[in-house]
Amino acid sequence: MSTISRDEVARVAALARIDLRDDEVDRLAGELDVIVDSIARVREVATPDVPATSHPLPLTNVFREDVPQPALPVADVLAAAPDAQDGRFAVPQILGEE
Amino acid sequence: MTDLTRLSAAELAETLARKEASSVEATRAHLDRIAAVDGDVHAFLHVSSDDALATAADVDARRAAGEELHPLAGVPIAVKDVVVTKGLPSTAGSKILEGWIPPYDATLVEKIRAAGLPILGKTNMDEFAMGSSTEHSAFGNTHNPWDLDRIPGGSGGGSAAAVAAFEAPLAIGTDTGGSIRQPGAVTGTVGVKPTYGGVSRYGLIAMASSLDQAGPVTRTVLDSALLHELIGGHDPRDSTSIPEPLPPLVEAARQGALGDLSGLKVGVVTQLQGEGYQPGVLARFHESLELLTKAGAEVVEVSCPSFDYALAAYYLIMPAEASSNLAKFDGMRFGLRVEPTDGPVTAERVMAATRGAGFGDEVKRRVVLGTYALSAGYYDAYYGSAQKVRTLIQRDFDAAFAQADVLVSPTAPTTAFKLGEKLDDPLAMYLNDVATIPANLAGVPGISVPNGLSDDGLPVGFQILAPAKADDRLYRVGAALESALESTWGAPLLDSAPRLG
Repeated sequence: MSTISRDEVARVAALARIDLRDDEVDRLAGELDVIVDSIARVREVATPDVPATSHPLPLTNVFREDVPQPALPVADVLAAAPDAQDGRFAVPQILGEE
Repeated sequence: MTDLTRLSAAELAETLARKEASSVEATRAHLDRIAAVDGDVHAFLHVSSDDALATAADVDARRAAGEELHPLAGVPIAVKDVVVTKGLPSTAGSKILEGWIPPYDATLVEKIRAAGLPILGKTNMDEFAMGSSTEHSAFGNTHNPWDLDRIPGGSGGGSAAAVAAFEAPLAIGTDTGGSIRQPGAVTGTVGVKPTYGGVSRYGLIAMASSLDQAGPVTRTVLDSALLHELIGGHDPRDSTSIPEPLPPLVEAARQGALGDLSGLKVGVVTQLQGEGYQPGVLARFHESLELLTKAGAEVVEVSCPSFDYALAAYYLIMPAEASSNLAKFDGMRFGLRVEPTDGPVTAERVMAATRGAGFGDEVKRRVVLGTYALSAGYYDAYYGSAQKVRTLIQRDFDAAFAQADVLVSPTAPTTAFKLGEKLDDPLAMYLNDVATIPANLAGVPGISVPNGLSDDGLPVGFQILAPAKADDRLYRVGAALESALESTWGAPLLDSAPRLG
């Protein structure tokens, strides 16, 4: 039986980089509790002898010749960006105040 | 003159090849139909009339010049908004991508353009393909053409509704847990999820990369085969793309339509029927089984006990992958950027503010759930266990396909429900995908074929699943069932839908 508190939702939302309003935190705490309870039953059959599968079909690494390929035109890419300067993405301050 | 919008894609293609109509006429007829009915249906988020008519005129000129064209050249198509289209908006149903114009085409869009199919526009969907009703779109509901007060399914409700309402003969969908097949079932259309890796994922805005697959949405099984052959095949830009060529799908559909299934073993999955399935859905399912038997198939019962855990495993794996994939929506390189109203304007705080403002409720729910399932202390219990269930489901499929050539079930447990009915109950919404999810977890292909109306007068779908890379079996069995059903009905199912407009 899981119990997902408001604090837990706020902590995970911060990890996920999503600002939530107080009412959203309240609602999600209730909903996630119910959802996690119902999906926790995967543990009933996940015994140690069963290997985990991450992919539907067997995957092998894919190689190709290391030759230059044309890239997207920079102007086209920057035209769709929220902000650009001198042929580059312009972003807010990356490091904190310290 | 024939109403060009009522023809199947194959019929329209023949009409164009015989020069009885031009692609410009066919495209204009569909644009007129969109103008007449899409105010009610709202299947489209964006209609690209100029682009479509320019492609159509080009195809007509090439045809007049005697150029050899793709069989579907000139037949219009609608594309789900989760697929990026150069120069046309691609929002994936999200405010965070509102106004974004992609600088490139998805591989499947390149193929569509190269073959000369006019793109009519982009279709509505649940935000980032998260939902089963299209109600989670940031841009309003799509309405089911059979009853405008009901959901068209989801996430690809726009593509299914566009095809069902004769706004397009062909559409592209994507299916992560049933988003092509369940809308197909509830709108009386055909939808195919190909084998994982069968159609390139390059240029699909990813939800869950190990589950996502693009595929055809059409009114007939043959049309799906034609479209599948066009968009499928190996793509070096998708490292999970299958290198081998597709099996012959159109040929399988044509052969299946002859109606002989002798020697074929059909496995009915015990776990995908019974409790939770509407009586009318089960009644149509059993009638369809009888038709398959009459066509010469042998019906056996197969048990896949791990399928009972598929929904739970899916709702751990999918949000976990989505929480990672959606990290790219950070307000830096494309789409919305929102600055925090107080405090320092750092990249991290801009990202959180952008996502808080740009993501809808269901996306927030799934990203938070996925982040939780992957976070320290919970990873083994939740995500790790779900991956083990995935192994068990694949083993069940292997055992079942040793006993039967194809597996069958109802596509969805119920017919289309009322708009708003399940919006406040995420778990009830998730249950719509109970029969479609196992195929995504195992990567196997599936089709939904309309197989009648339930007691409430709404369409029902019949799901056929085949082993990985044996997509041709879907078309053989699907076409056989379709032709047997249409002989019984005397007309296609959609002829009994409201005419609209």
